[in-house]
Amino acid sequence: MAYEIVVIGASLGGLDAVSELLGQLPRGFPLPVAVCQHRTSIPHEGSLASLWQQVTSLRVGDAEDKMAIEPSRVYVAPADYHLLVESRGLFALTTDPPVLWARPSIDVLFESAAETYGAAVIGVILTGASADGAQGLKAVRDHGGCALVQDPATAECAVMPRAALDATAVNHVMGLQEIGRIIAALAGPAGAPR
Amino acid sequence: MKRPAIGSVEDLEIDLLIEGLYRHSGFDFRGYARSSLRRRVRGVVETEQVPTVSALQDRVLHDPACLHRLLLGLSVHVSAMFRDPRFFLAFRRKAVPLLRTYPFIRIWQAGCSTGEEVYSLAILLQEEGLYDRCRIYATDMNEVVLQQAREGIFPLEAMQRYTANYHASGGTEELSSYYTAAYDSVIFRPSLRERVVFSQHNLASDGPFNEFNVILCRNVMIYFGEELQARVHDLFARSLTTFGLLGLGSHESIQFGPAERRYEPLESGEKLFRRVH
Repeated sequence: MAYEIVVIGASLGGLDAVSELLGQLPRGFPLPVAVCQHRTSIPHEGSLASLWQQVTSLRVGDAEDKMAIEPSRVYVAPADYHLLVESRGLFALTTDPPVLWARPSIDVLFESAAETYGAAVIGVILTGASADGAQGLKAVRDHGGCALVQDPATAECAVMPRAALDATAVNHVMGLQEIGRIIAALAGPAGAPR
Repeated sequence: MKRPAIGSVEDLEIDLLIEGLYRHSGFDFRGYARSSLRRRVRGVVETEQVPTVSALQDRVLHDPACLHRLLLGLSVHVSAMFRDPRFFLAFRRKAVPLLRTYPFIRIWQAGCSTGEEVYSLAILLQEEGLYDRCRIYATDMNEVVLQQAREGIFPLEAMQRYTANYHASGGTEELSSYYTAAYDSVIFRPSLRERVVFSQHNLASDGPFNEFNVILCRNVMIYFGEELQARVHDLFARSLTTFGLLGLGSHESIQFGPAERRYEPLESGEKLFRRVH
């Protein structure tokens, strides 16, 4: 199975966790990566992207409506919008009401990715104090994609990984470094040179 | 043999529902972005407690009240007052000085929904001393939300957030001086809608109806697919004066379509553009 996109969901504690995970991805990592990170208050726009840009050579930026999904790039769900995969290779945004009090919602991103890319999705649930992402990861798994969950014992907040594990069978439960390594391996040979 | 796409039965049902809705009522959702439309249709299937989209279609075609609920479910856009305060700040600093040079200013708020941005804009224009020279045409496809917009009644609990937005957007007074609170709601001063014409207009199917100096259409076109977005951009180009201003939502781009060469940014980093061609 050739994977085509990575979707990552994180909430409380996610700023550091996503940093660590993105830092594990090799130079030239071939897949697009979409990150949905909850914020309790709306920070300065673009700050998450610039924060995470410091740890990776992949280009990091906020996703815009109807933006093309390109390889080797990291897309951040903007504050106060839902990020969806609209069709193969295309994002969309909405201002629909929050789902499970979250906008952006991890479930919304993951479900739309699974419905578009089917089994070609790698879904990753990281630390957080929310049940968001559980149904989304289940959708990824139900469509035949790869479901990865941060080991709750290593998460700053174990609620979100546990909720995901309760909702669906997953492929791997492990620490951030191992998740990074396995994503790089699953993404295939184009990610090899470092 | 061609393998059917994932979720194809549901997508087929949504196609049929949308086609049926169009032929039955004239409301055209055929060019809407599919990912969000799908979620909204599912939401209506859930609230109507029907097992499938096909069952929803049956009810919609035979029960006018259900048709009405579906239209609301598919079309209402959630907004906030002074959403993205930096946009309104840029409007104050960059657009207002330009507008001061006009004797009369026609503004189109396209897809105004329940009116949060209309009142935000009216407040801004009053504070800048321009309101009496303006006429705001606030349009939406849905008569129900237009009626709400006309009333200017919003939930009291939202005011704390709106007040923070208002101050961040460069507001010079207190937001509370523009409304009266009663029970769980607030009602905005009628003077704010003195220069506003609320009317029905459907971006997906209607044409130009006036020439404008400013068009604001923020977070409305995100619900449209690329083709429909291009149509609406064309409609806006035919409705804007030369050097007219176009304001979009903070993560809407004109980079990805033919609209790009018509405009130049008025303020870098903000989705506020000036028509140059």
